[in-house]
Formats: sequence, structure tokens, C-alpha cells
Amino acid sequence: MTAAVQPALTIRGLTKSFPGIRAVDGVSCDVYPGEIFGLVGPDGAGKTTTLRMLAGVMPPDQGSATVAGSDVVHDPEAAKHDLSYMPQRFGLYEDLTVDENIRFYGDLFGVRANERRARSAQLLEAAGMSEFRKRLAGKLSGGMKQKLGLVCALIHHPKVILLDEPTTGVDPVSRRDFWRILYNLIAEGVAILTSTAYLDEAERCHRVALMHEGKLLFLDTPAKLKSGFAKGVLAILSSDARRMKEELKRVEGISSLVLTGDGVHVVIEDPVRRIPQIKAQLVSAQVPFSEMRQVVPTIEDLFVDAVTSGRSGGQG
Amino acid sequence: MLARLKQMLIKEFIQALRDKRTRAILFGPPIIQMLVFGYAANFEIHHVATAILDLDHSQESRELVSRFSSSPYFDVRRQLTDRNQIVDLIDRGEAVIALQIQPGFAENLRKGQTASLQAILDGTNSNTALIASGYVTQIAQSFAQDYQRDRMQRTAPQFVKLVPSVELYQRPWYNTDLKSRWFFVPGVIGSLTLVLVTTLTAFAVVREREIGTLEQIMVTPIRPWEFILGKTLPFFLIGLVDVGLIATVGTFWFQVPFRGSLLVLLTGTVLFLLCMLGVGLLISTVSSTQQQAMVTAFFFIMPAITFSGFGFPISTMPQWLQWLTYLDPLRYFLVVLRGVYLKGVGFAILAPQMLAMAVLGIVLLSLSVFRFHKALD
Repeated sequence: MTAAVQPALTIRGLTKSFPGIRAVDGVSCDVYPGEIFGLVGPDGAGKTTTLRMLAGVMPPDQGSATVAGSDVVHDPEAAKHDLSYMPQRFGLYEDLTVDENIRFYGDLFGVRANERRARSAQLLEAAGMSEFRKRLAGKLSGGMKQKLGLVCALIHHPKVILLDEPTTGVDPVSRRDFWRILYNLIAEGVAILTSTAYLDEAERCHRVALMHEGKLLFLDTPAKLKSGFAKGVLAILSSDARRMKEELKRVEGISSLVLTGDGVHVVIEDPVRRIPQIKAQLVSAQVPFSEMRQVVPTIEDLFVDAVTSGRSGGQG
Repeated sequence: MLARLKQMLIKEFIQALRDKRTRAILFGPPIIQMLVFGYAANFEIHHVATAILDLDHSQESRELVSRFSSSPYFDVRRQLTDRNQIVDLIDRGEAVIALQIQPGFAENLRKGQTASLQAILDGTNSNTALIASGYVTQIAQSFAQDYQRDRMQRTAPQFVKLVPSVELYQRPWYNTDLKSRWFFVPGVIGSLTLVLVTTLTAFAVVREREIGTLEQIMVTPIRPWEFILGKTLPFFLIGLVDVGLIATVGTFWFQVPFRGSLLVLLTGTVLFLLCMLGVGLLISTVSSTQQQAMVTAFFFIMPAITFSGFGFPISTMPQWLQWLTYLDPLRYFLVVLRGVYLKGVGFAILAPQMLAMAVLGIVLLSLSVFRFHKALD
């Protein structure tokens, strides 16, 4: 993102405490038009609270935020036309049809009828839902409901979109549709801030930040985060990855272990030099393994390492 | 602005009226309940199960018994022979009242002395017992009077004219036959409306909170007052239609006379509905699930009906409770309903009740709107 473009969303020192916990702790970042910004972090990291404050449904204790130039903290009403907020479960009326839900939200935003029809036709097409327009929302599958939520959330051409784990519990096909719609929006110059629990989705974002215990730990493009990672990653394939992970916990100097589909990622400093020692350990414990090689770290490796070793990773 | 309100209303009506079952719930149960209450809510007593123990076996005692068996109030089921049978019958609930005529009943009468009739009543239902004992007294008195008159006629006809007596002519106004149905049907209209409108309003708002649409709506440019109006106006209209329906059943099916003007009834209903919408909204602001709303509504409905004068007269309540009843909108609405139905009175007489409901309505609505704003934060 070039520095000359004004950010669509600015967040400065946003803080919110609940009794006994500082849910969001001095979060600052900018999201630019045409950018997908991913907020990644474990449950309870403060992602939802951050998004709710930005949406204007929860006042922050401290800090400020602007959406398309309007201050959402002091004047939430002014930002509403430019803003769209989609919570984990979008509030759909299950006893209204797809079209009626879209019309309801469109009218609340004052979208003109012909404009709404054109927009919803285009969005429903992209969502692969054109033939379900007369169906009751309650009769849709989980993925369809979530896509309908997105259509409703986009009906008023927002400039900034806040998505809270939009694809959690959504089938792979619908997830693909979902991301296609998001990429179309990017072309329109929309700024998207999304939280996600799927780390493979984090790789699809232009920039990502790890949120942990209310703070942003890393903040950069996925590529830069990976290349700036000081440690190395060994991928070990195994038919019994769980047991292998347990065994590897005994090896000293391992920073963190990440289960993958077919084995384990070992995050460790100077990985190549450690291969013989790790092999010896696995052989003596009689854990089956087939292949062991150094790989490029994934975002997941980075974040799991940051969260489990409990240290701040640097930029942010 | 008006477009948003209009869309809220369209949405509410689609939701309320599309589903056949919801539609049935809005209009079916009120009519069914009106029918049920209309027949069941009744203080009148007929055919009280009666047992008689006549230990005198005289012409006089048989004459007295026949007065009971020919009365519509008593149903003489058993003629007893032994005093011990009474306890058993009353315990089993086979008799509510047992009348015992002592030996020597006729002899005492003939001597011009006081003869005694004992009535044993099952007091578990105090109301029935009270009313039944009233009828016993009536029958016993008329028997005594007729006996005296007869005796005098036979023994000293010349003195009959000299015996002074007071004859009572009862002329109950507005409800000549003192039918308790006429008293209850207007009350049922009021209490059904109370139950219906408070629960429907509370549920409709709480449901939006439960399914997450409330938060979704609040990130749109809609103003809270537009939302509140959009939520309450449909139930206001549905409430009006329901009052119309059950009032029609009350008037035409139960033949309760409608003597006043429709305009007075409509005004009273509108004011009462304002209060009920306020209560419904207020319940929704303290409940986050429909179950909670249900329990909260229950805690409102029971006392509201009890303190309204629906069944129990307010004048017999302790003073502090009587003060509390002034906060009950139904109390005023029942006066309006009964006034319009039975007395046919108008605004001039019902003004205090109308004013009270208007004040309560404004207070309740403002309070609930204020609380609603706070609950959103």
C-alpha cells in the first residue's frame, strides 16, 4: 500500500476493559482502501471486542477510530453509511425470504430500489445463490446463511467492511465464494478488516496481525512476516503425528510444535544442524516417520510460536 | 426516515401474518379463551349437592324439604337416616350441604315456638358455602313467613290485617337479573388484552435480541425510536383487532348488553394499549431470552389481574394494597369496559379513568424507551 493513499480505517490506542480483564489493550493500525487486513488470534484474544467497538455498538474506554474520515467513537451515526459490520452470526430473519432480508437491510440504509435490485442480483450471482431468492432464510444451509449475511451487509456499498470470523463453520465451496466476493470488493476500493480463526485464510490477506491477550503482536504482509522470522521450521511427516509431537516435547531447544495434516512442524533455531539429534530421539522412541526437511514457515508456525512461547515478536 | 419505519412495519407484518400458525396464535386463542372464560367465569350457584336428614318425619318437615328440592339452587341427592352419614358424605365431597331437621320440629312450630333447622356446609370453597347458606336462609325465612300467615289465617283470621310487615323490592340497575356473566365478560376482554399485548410485544423485541438482529439493526442508520415504533405499532393494531374480536364474541355470543358508545370504548382501549406496550417493552429491556421474558411477564400478569378488580373487589383489600392498585392500568380499563357495556356511560363519567391510563401510558412508555436506549449500549 502506498503511503499517499489515505487509510479508510484508522485505529489509535483502542482499549476496552471488562471486569477482571483488559480485552483490548492499545490497539493501533490502519487499513487502506483495496486492502484485506486479517486479524488472527486465539479465542478470547479481543478480536470481536475490537470489531464491535469499530462498528459503534460498544464504546471503547480509550482510543479513537475513524471510518472513511468519520469518528466512530464520538459520532457513531455519521460513519454508519460507510460502514458494514458482520458479526460471527449475521442477524438474519429466518422467517423472511432471501429477497425480503436483502430488501429490509437495503431500505434501512436508504438504498434505492433499482440500485438495490442491481446490487443484490450481482452479489447473489457471485455467491451462487441466484436461484434461492424466494427461499426462507431459515431454510438455507449454514454456508448459504453466512453468504446471505454478507450480501445484506454489502447492499449499501460500504467503504469499510468489518467481518468477524465470517467463514467459521462454512463449507469449503461457500468459503471459496465468500473470498471471491471479497476480492471483487477489493477491486472496488473497499477496505476490509476481517478476523479469522483459519490461518490458511490469513495467508490470503494483504496484511495480517496477530492478536494475543488484547495486543497486536505482528503486523505485516504474510511474505515479510515469514522472511523476517529468525527461527527455522522442520517439517516431519509421520503416520502418528500426535505421538511424535509428544515425543518431540522432550527434545531441548524446540521453540514450538505445530500439528499439520500429515505430520508436525518443528519451530527451532538452526534447524538443519538439529536434524540428527531429532532423528535419534524419534528412533529411540520408536515413532514412525518418513521424511524430515526444512520448509518455509507458514503464518500458523509464526503465530503458534509467538503465542506458545508467550513473547512479543517485534513489529506492531 | 419514514421509509425505514415503513420497512420495519412491512417486515413485522410479514413475520406476524405469513406463518399460518403464528396467524392462528394471534387471533384464535383470544376467541377460544373468551368462550372458555365466558362460560366458566361465573359466581352463580346452581344445583348444589345437598343431603337431607329429616328426623321429624312430619308434614311440616316434608313441606320444608320439598321447598329445597324444588329450588334450582339445591339438588337433593340423598335422604339420610343417620347423623353419622353426614360426615362421610361431606368428606367424600358427595354433598356440599347437609340439612338436618331435628325431631320435634313440627311440634315446636305448632306450639308457636322456635323450630330449628341445621345446615352443615363444606367450607373448603368458602364462596360456594357463603352463597349457598344465603339461599338456605331465604328458603327457611319464606317457609317461616308462610307458615305464620297460614296459621294465623286458620286460627285468627281477623288479626291477619293487623300484622305489619316490610316487603323488600330489589331493583338491581344495569344488570337486572344479577348475571355474573355480565360482570365477567367485560373483565375477560380487559385481562385477555393485557396478557396478549404485553407478552407479544416483549417476545417480539426479545426475539430480535436473541437471534442477533437487534445488534445488526443498530449498525444501520435506523434510530432507536424508529425501531421501537416499528416494533410496537403492529402489536398496537393487532391488539385493537383482538379487542374488537373478543368484544364481538362477548356482545353477540354471550349477549352482554353494549349500552355505551364505541368511541368511548375505542378511546379507552387505545389508552390501555399504550400502557400495555410500555409494559411489554419494559419486560423486553430486562430479559435477554424469551424464557426470561416469559417468567417476567408472568410476574406482571398475575398481580395485574388480581389487583384490577377482575374477580376480587378492590374495596375489601387492605388499604396499602388498595393504593397499589392505582398503578394497575387494568383497574381503570375494567371500569371503562363495564361502564361502557353495562351502564352506557360516556367521557364525562369515565374521564378520571381515561386520564389515569393516559398518565400511566406516557410514564410507562417513556420509561421503557429510556431503558431500551440504555440496554442497547
